[in-house]
Amino acid sequence: MAEKKISLMDTVKQASKGVISGIDKKDVEHWVEIYFLGKAYQVPAGLTIMQALEYAGYRLIRSCGCRAGFCGACSTVFRRKGEYKLQTAMACQTRVEDGMYLVQIPFSPAEKPLYDIEKEKYEASVFLKYFPEVARCVSCNTCTKACPQDLQVMDYVQAALKGDYKQVAELSFECIQCGLCAIRCPAEIVQYHVAQFGRRMYGKYGIPREENTEKRVKEIKNGEFNKKFEEIMSLSEEELRSVYTEQQNTREVY
Amino acid sequence: MARKIVITSENVAFLKKISELSDQVITRCDQCGTCSGSCPMVEEMDITPAQIMRMVQLGQKEVMDTKAMWICASCFACTVRCPRGLDVSKVAEALRQVKLRQAIDYIDVNGIPDEEMERLPQIAIVSSFRKFTG
Amino acid sequence: MKIPYFPGCTLKTTAKNFEISALEVSKVLDIELVELPKWNCCGTVTSLTDDDLMHHLAPIRDLIRVEEMNESGLVDNEYRVVALCTMCFNVLKRSNQRIKERPDEFKKLNDFMYLEKDYQGKTEVIHYMELLRDLDFSKVSEKVKNPLKGLKVSPYYGCLMLRPKEVGIDDPESPTIQADLLGAIGADVIDNPFKTRCCGSYQTVRDKYTVAELAYDIITRARKNGAEMITSSCPLCLFNLADRQKEVMELHPEFEPMPVLYFTQLMALAFGLDEKYFGFEDNFIDPRPLLREKGLLK
Repeated sequence: MAEKKISLMDTVKQASKGVISGIDKKDVEHWVEIYFLGKAYQVPAGLTIMQALEYAGYRLIRSCGCRAGFCGACSTVFRRKGEYKLQTAMACQTRVEDGMYLVQIPFSPAEKPLYDIEKEKYEASVFLKYFPEVARCVSCNTCTKACPQDLQVMDYVQAALKGDYKQVAELSFECIQCGLCAIRCPAEIVQYHVAQFGRRMYGKYGIPREENTEKRVKEIKNGEFNKKFEEIMSLSEEELRSVYTEQQNTREVY
Repeated sequence: MARKIVITSENVAFLKKISELSDQVITRCDQCGTCSGSCPMVEEMDITPAQIMRMVQLGQKEVMDTKAMWICASCFACTVRCPRGLDVSKVAEALRQVKLRQAIDYIDVNGIPDEEMERLPQIAIVSSFRKFTG
Repeated sequence: MKIPYFPGCTLKTTAKNFEISALEVSKVLDIELVELPKWNCCGTVTSLTDDDLMHHLAPIRDLIRVEEMNESGLVDNEYRVVALCTMCFNVLKRSNQRIKERPDEFKKLNDFMYLEKDYQGKTEVIHYMELLRDLDFSKVSEKVKNPLKGLKVSPYYGCLMLRPKEVGIDDPESPTIQADLLGAIGADVIDNPFKTRCCGSYQTVRDKYTVAELAYDIITRARKNGAEMITSSCPLCLFNLADRQKEVMELHPEFEPMPVLYFTQLMALAFGLDEKYFGFEDNFIDPRPLLREKGLLK
């Protein structure tokens, strides 16, 4: 008997059948019960929180964004059945669990102070000038526990208090500005605004300048590449294609 | 001019609250005035430390409207000199916390002028926010 | 000897000269101050209410680090942590005492900080001057190459080094520890009856002119006894006594500025160290003219 060849595309189609054509109840093997805003819903296991909410019939116009774990819109707070600990997650990146009690926080109210990094000194006191609340940090670690990206939030707030721009920039690099830390903070600090300021200042004043890029920009400004640009712009489409193909075939592309 | 005060259960409750919050037996204060004499900030205060203790002893909630507890610098001079072993700085802190825990700040965190924020060391900003914000 | 060292936020920013001079002076005395690998702000002032636990989290977290340093081998069986900043010293020591007196709070704090190792209660908090006193001030005298002869210095203690009694490192009414230390490095020690009177502390943020008046009183009284310079161990005292002299001169135009230094800066000078460890350029009132006049600085 000939083996039925299952191509890669078939496997992908099978796995994402629910997304393409909706999930049929009889196809679902495992169900879980989740509570959204206190109301119970039976949803297929294996869905993300976001997909489960849509399965349940909600049309998400807020607390929904890139669906890829990057934009920070779908902040979710939940508790597991029988546990007292408060958990946080991004709805598009986290699968549902049986007994999950959840709610979404679509917005974190936080005014950003107006600053001009061109005019600021690269000094510790500038952090407190724009973010005096940072001095209220009690090192309770609530922000770190709230972070869905597992960042060391308390550490970078402390670094801000010490004026260590580099540490702030490095520790907060993966921050997606979901706002969960700011909502939970007892000292009412808006951690992600502090971090953004730190990254901007570090980028401008702290990081070593990239000499080769600056050199190249100067060369371009001096018109050293103008002739080459004009040559390329004057080619016809066919000539352009052949130049491109030749380059792809002859040069090593890393 | 003598004023008549009637001690009600409300006054007693206030005394109890401050006593618990500060962990001090405030009724033990015999009004000797040593704390007032030791206090470096007393000249700026509207009532003296000894008067704070007296008002709390009598459960007078009006003490919350005075400025003295906010002028306190927590230097503990009163603490080491009280002949009855009372810690007056803790009583002042308890009174401040009653207000601060209602989320009523005594200073405006954003109201300090920029030039001052650039001069002040971290230690000054952190300590003042601890004492004056809730 | 290697000993865990807690710097505090201000020593890393506006009081860098305190740290730079202290680290180098310690090296001369065969003391290596090993900074805690990860530390957070201690809070600067201790929480005085009976029911507050949250504000003790930060100091206890730092004390756990000291135990971790022993476990990881950064220091060897050394559970003392030394602080230079007097406010940090006071807060760390008070929180440590408090939870040791209250076993239920001890457990609660450990449970709350479940992401940290449990605090065992082994850490002991000491002030840098205590460390030197235990070493014996004669050992300090031995290292003096440039005795500060003729320099009339008045030690200023402030509040938190001496009060409350359970925390203080010397008698709160008549302390001698800083005077002894200054004597050991050859300075002419001048007493000041206001040496333990509060500088105004955090009131400097809200009411700088009151603080200026307090500073005026403290400095004038010292000057009356013949002092030319004041030393301190607290960055806030130093700011109030030195930087606020700007406001003092607004209130008292006839006031003559007086240099205020960290005691470790004078120690560095007395030990004959390289100029870069003195940190005089960061002092609000420049001490260099006075020191040159006395022939103590080139």
